[in-house]
Amino acid sequence: MKSIFKLSTKAVVLSAALSALSIGSALAQTAPWHNMGRDATSAEVKAWDIDVRPDFKGLPAGAGSVSQGEAVWEVKCASCHGSFGESNEVFTPIIGGTTKDDIKNGRVKGLEEGKSISPQKTTIMKVATVSTIWDYINRAMPWNAPKTLTTNEVYGVTAYLLSLAEIVPSDFTLSDKNIAEVQKRMPNRNGMVFYEPLWKVNGKGDVKNVACMKNCEIDPTVHSSLPAFARDAHGNIAEQNRVIGPVRGADTTKPAPTAPVGTGPAPKAVVVAAAPSGDAAVKGMLAANACTACHGVKSKIVGPGFNEIAAKYKGKADAESYLTGKIKAGGSGVWGAVPMPAQDQLKDADAKAIAKWIVDGAK
Amino acid sequence: MSKDLSDVIGRVIPAPENFLSPEKLEDARKARRSFMGKALAMGAGVAASAGVATRAMAAEGEEAILKMPEHTTGLGQAVAIEDGYGKPSKWETNLRRRQSPGLTRVDQASVSFTPLQGLFGIITPSGLHFERHHQGWWDIDPSKHRLMVNGLVKRQRVFTMDDLMRLPSVSRIHFIECGANSATEWGNVAVPTVQYTHGMVSCSEFTGVLLSTLLEMCGYDKKAAKYVLAEGADGSSMTRTIDIERAMDDCIVAWAMNGEMLRPENGYPLRLVVPGIQGVSWVKYLRRIEVGDQKYATKDEAVHYIDHMPDGTHRQYTGIQETKSVITTPSGSQTLLDKGYYNVTGLAWSGRGSIKRVDVSVDGGRNWRTARIEGPVLPKAMTRFNIDWVWDGKPAILQSRAIDSTGYVQPKINQLRAVRGTKSVYHQNAIQSWLVSENGEVSNVQVY
Repeated sequence: MKSIFKLSTKAVVLSAALSALSIGSALAQTAPWHNMGRDATSAEVKAWDIDVRPDFKGLPAGAGSVSQGEAVWEVKCASCHGSFGESNEVFTPIIGGTTKDDIKNGRVKGLEEGKSISPQKTTIMKVATVSTIWDYINRAMPWNAPKTLTTNEVYGVTAYLLSLAEIVPSDFTLSDKNIAEVQKRMPNRNGMVFYEPLWKVNGKGDVKNVACMKNCEIDPTVHSSLPAFARDAHGNIAEQNRVIGPVRGADTTKPAPTAPVGTGPAPKAVVVAAAPSGDAAVKGMLAANACTACHGVKSKIVGPGFNEIAAKYKGKADAESYLTGKIKAGGSGVWGAVPMPAQDQLKDADAKAIAKWIVDGAK
Repeated sequence: MSKDLSDVIGRVIPAPENFLSPEKLEDARKARRSFMGKALAMGAGVAASAGVATRAMAAEGEEAILKMPEHTTGLGQAVAIEDGYGKPSKWETNLRRRQSPGLTRVDQASVSFTPLQGLFGIITPSGLHFERHHQGWWDIDPSKHRLMVNGLVKRQRVFTMDDLMRLPSVSRIHFIECGANSATEWGNVAVPTVQYTHGMVSCSEFTGVLLSTLLEMCGYDKKAAKYVLAEGADGSSMTRTIDIERAMDDCIVAWAMNGEMLRPENGYPLRLVVPGIQGVSWVKYLRRIEVGDQKYATKDEAVHYIDHMPDGTHRQYTGIQETKSVITTPSGSQTLLDKGYYNVTGLAWSGRGSIKRVDVSVDGGRNWRTARIEGPVLPKAMTRFNIDWVWDGKPAILQSRAIDSTGYVQPKINQLRAVRGTKSVYHQNAIQSWLVSENGEVSNVQVY
């Protein structure tokens, strides 16, 4: 206690002596919690301080060629993003929609109203800073095994993407030495605007409305409403509302009633039963082992949906043992060419539980 | 005006006079000898039997009162300690977080929406707090979790959860809204209910240490520091830039939500709370704060969460969640039980301050009345409003319009589009319209 007191007194004197720095910092240093925590070691800071800024502060030295990147891409990235970064199957496309003129001008023409040359906005159309691509691949990719690429692999994969967008030639090697030159060719490098009023809490905003109270000017047209075919697209809304109170959820499994309120049958109140907990355990396994990165419960992603697998093997006597084996060993050919990796980490009992869940209908 | 409006919105075909559905006719036949049957047969009880048809009532009174139920005459259940944590009633299972079909392809990079249509007051129950994950969620061992503060500081420090939880703490109620909340409404109406139009907003009491306390402890460089970078410990290692004024103002390094530790899907054991700013900046599984002098242009501030303007530029770093409100009852795809009195209720919030006033219109924005604000009214928190409405059974369009402490008035969707076009995904805070049709059903419409 005594030594802490001494230390903080010294700190006050020191900070007061050094400069007329703010009073707040002197106060904090005298605060009784001042020494909570400990100093970080330089190895710890190095391990976690991985961010790379637009001015390339934080970028580690290294290099990777387009062809080295392509090799990594085919194994670790293409199943989600497509061989050319063009795929819309799992995530929005990375590459497409930019031109040689965009690279020259630093503005992507296709982002202007009515000028798009691609079905949807791609990453490369939007991103202004090459540091962003490098930083994100390094910190968060591959999707189911983030931070497993080496520094040179990150350079290579970045180079491969840049070559697909024709920002660099196909024989290019990207490195910390030449990345600033590449930045000067980013197609949308001049496309970002910093609009301070929507960054500062005390800003004024950009859209003005006035609080008219009586006979306000309106256009009495319903400009848009939910199409009839979408009535049930989010499930039965009767099951998404309380069964008491001033309102019920509409029964969206049926068309809207034609009779005025109060003349037809009362809206039926339905209570949905809670899902059985056994399924939750299996779904936890599917998530923990990244199965759901490639297989949707109700839809195909990279591999078939669990519902599709369930339908294919429905009623087959050996389905459970067959699927247990397939889950462990992986393979390709049954559902397409993209291979499913072997799942050696999965316990046999867990593989069996997943197989049983699929055979039981995958619900 | 009402003539114009009813021309457009009176699309519901009215039933012929004295209309009874086949089911109703059958009911009436069966009940002919009963009290209600007689009333029906005389044509007087039609309305009474409809919205509240389940309240079958004998002449001497209602069965619910006259016949004692099991829960009044039997022994109840033992203390609810089966797993030691109470759950909502089995009658309440309809109010759940839900995904919007087709919105995302992968469940780990997806959203679940808060069922605003059934909530009360301003606090979102923790189990119904909306989720947005970029690379799946984790349940991290809190004894192994660390927070590092580095960069432009005198002392680069590491804190354990023990350290952090020994520091002076604050508990504050704030809303958190995803920048993409109501994104579908930039274009045409695409989703039916307020859960899907507005359900990426929640409001909770957060407890933690002020970020300013930590930055002071580490001796941040007051001259050079312009920004901090917040970084998560999960696979996505979400990173966001926050300006130093914001960081030193009301940001909280929080471990608790609504009186208990954060739920894992909301960032257990540590998340950043950035009041008034879009949810993506409230970094979950917070592992690092770096003090710097430049913006970071991270993926979620260079590719996503940027506003696509009509001239093809993108506005970057637009993080404020501007003033917004929505009526939660009656709201999309709910059905009113009958004509008559309704307490129209909803929520309002502003990232710039507190809610000063909420106006409500029942005629598509032609005329407005000021709603009752239910306390508490807190800065950068949800505010509950209520207003009386007697529905005459004719088509009506319900809207709410919030005004915050800066005087900013929540805009109409056409006013937003006039400035920002229609290509944007984020920061849609327009007035929401609900059409109440003669059949009692409420639907999502765009009227301005």
